[in-house]
Amino acid sequence: MSELAGQRSSPGAPAPRTGEATGGVAPPSSGATAPAPSGRRDRGRRRLVTAVLAVALLAALAAVPLFVDPFGTNTISRILVFALFATSLDLLVGITGLPSLGHAAYFGIGAYAAGLVALHWTSEGVVAVLVAAAAGATAAVATGWLAVRSGGVFFLMLTLAIGELVHQLAQSLSSVTGGSNGLFGIPSVRVAGTPLTLPGYVYWFVLVVALLGAAGLWLVASSPFGAVLRGIRDNEPRMRSLGYSPFRYKYAAFAIAGAFAGLAGGLFALVVRIVNPADAGFTTSALFLLAVVLGGAGTLWGPALGAAVVVLVRDTFGPTLDGHGPLLLGLVFVVAVYVLPRGVAGLGGLLRGRNREVPS
Amino acid sequence: MSAPLLSLSGVSRAYGALKAVDDVTLDVPAGARHALIGPNGAGKSTLFKLVTGSVPVTAGTVGLDGHDVTRLPEHQRARRGISQTLQHSSLFLSQTVEQNVLLAAQRRHGTRRSLVPRRQTAARDRVRALLDDVGLAARAGTSVAALSHGERRQLEVAVALACEPTLLLLDEPAAGMSPAESARLVGLLRSLPESVTVVIVEHDLDVVFALATSVTVLHLGRVLLTGTPDEVRASTAVQEAYLGTGRESLFLDHPGPAHLEVS
Repeated sequence: MSELAGQRSSPGAPAPRTGEATGGVAPPSSGATAPAPSGRRDRGRRRLVTAVLAVALLAALAAVPLFVDPFGTNTISRILVFALFATSLDLLVGITGLPSLGHAAYFGIGAYAAGLVALHWTSEGVVAVLVAAAAGATAAVATGWLAVRSGGVFFLMLTLAIGELVHQLAQSLSSVTGGSNGLFGIPSVRVAGTPLTLPGYVYWFVLVVALLGAAGLWLVASSPFGAVLRGIRDNEPRMRSLGYSPFRYKYAAFAIAGAFAGLAGGLFALVVRIVNPADAGFTTSALFLLAVVLGGAGTLWGPALGAAVVVLVRDTFGPTLDGHGPLLLGLVFVVAVYVLPRGVAGLGGLLRGRNREVPS
Repeated sequence: MSAPLLSLSGVSRAYGALKAVDDVTLDVPAGARHALIGPNGAGKSTLFKLVTGSVPVTAGTVGLDGHDVTRLPEHQRARRGISQTLQHSSLFLSQTVEQNVLLAAQRRHGTRRSLVPRRQTAARDRVRALLDDVGLAARAGTSVAALSHGERRQLEVAVALACEPTLLLLDEPAAGMSPAESARLVGLLRSLPESVTVVIVEHDLDVVFALATSVTVLHLGRVLLTGTPDEVRASTAVQEAYLGTGRESLFLDHPGPAHLEVS
């Protein structure tokens, strides 16, 4: 069997990029956990390729401000922000199996929190994003207790309701949030007391925080706790009979996802320097749920790619289409569902003809 | 054999007017190998669900190791040592064989709440040993979706054992297994230590009589008889329940894998 495992994975070698991406960030798929020596050697090689690709990607991302104009740099900053947001949503949707229609609530709460901190207290970036993450987590703890008790359509409806509630509050508490004008005039972010005025510096700040956030989510997803979440996603009654209390784990996952959504929201406030109620609303939630599905739910890196697609189509190509960006997104989504049943992240498996286990 | 590990007293479960389990009183001593048999619809699987807590009782009490667990939710009963395999495979389909067993094993090894990746050496060693026992060691990295029916049944048993149960409930573990697979299963179950009490529902009487030290026959939700395998074989009441009167030879002649479904 060890030979078998080795043989099966070696055809993946000619296409290491796609194969690696799946094996690296996603939880180990079939074959990756074979305990035999040849499997281990194979895994070692895959890890090496993953590491090389990761370093190359990091170098490319770090070099962006040196080669891209300020407008493009700012766009990529926003892509990073929303990639982190989509990844946090994937912890709920793809890993735990809880499709939320109100995740932007925690993003928005984080954004307002960071904005208010920057306006009224300090624009020190680290403080602002940490407060934002704490605010997202607190809000998720307060609201998740109810939402997580339900499942399926009820969970969708409850999260939708929570999202709309936060959206409404952002509109009506205008003395604090600026109402429908939004929270504006957020000062430029400072790091160690120095204001970052150039988009390049802001970008580096965002890159570091987003990478730390993504690493945190990846750690959670690959931990024993993450394995329990996947078990709940696959078969909740069975988890109960194994002695796990699904509610506690789902509640914890909801809180963690809320914290990272808040972190992403905090970054958003510092990059864009204006927060609107719509950032916490249904459209944002739905668009990035779409990003998760588009990228490949449960892989974490796939939804980050999906978020890039969504941001580019909505903000960059959308305006050139006379406001028909959502139409284009809809088309992209319909095509993707048919062509890529497992999202962009499933592309590697599709190319190797290994996509037979699509859950139906 | 000492005090009862599992103690059912007047346990009933009604679905509307239908009493799936009707006033069952049954003590299973610690260390027993107890079989539950009976025709289809006798309430065997329902009785298991009442013991595990996945379905609440409508009357009666369930006692485990001297404690009344009737009001405890399923996962808390599981933590007190109840573990089960289900009649219809209930595994984590998108995951590998090893990951399936690890989910059960890691609960016993204290790493389940860890938010960062762990080696889980103890749990993984246990998983490997269990997969060896059920003959799936070579399939550790395979996705469950790619397993044969018989292999899935073996994996069910490994998952149930990974919980380190004191009470192991097996609902037709050998159903659909090849003779070789079912012989291996019997060997494994016989090798379990006395600290594990086994209650098994099984239609394959070869398996039942190879394992059981005591047998309860259920019929229409009620206990027809509890006794030693020999007493059950000899009972005319049991034969009537299964077969109607006039064909008393089934248990005595023991014709191979007797399937007792009355269809």
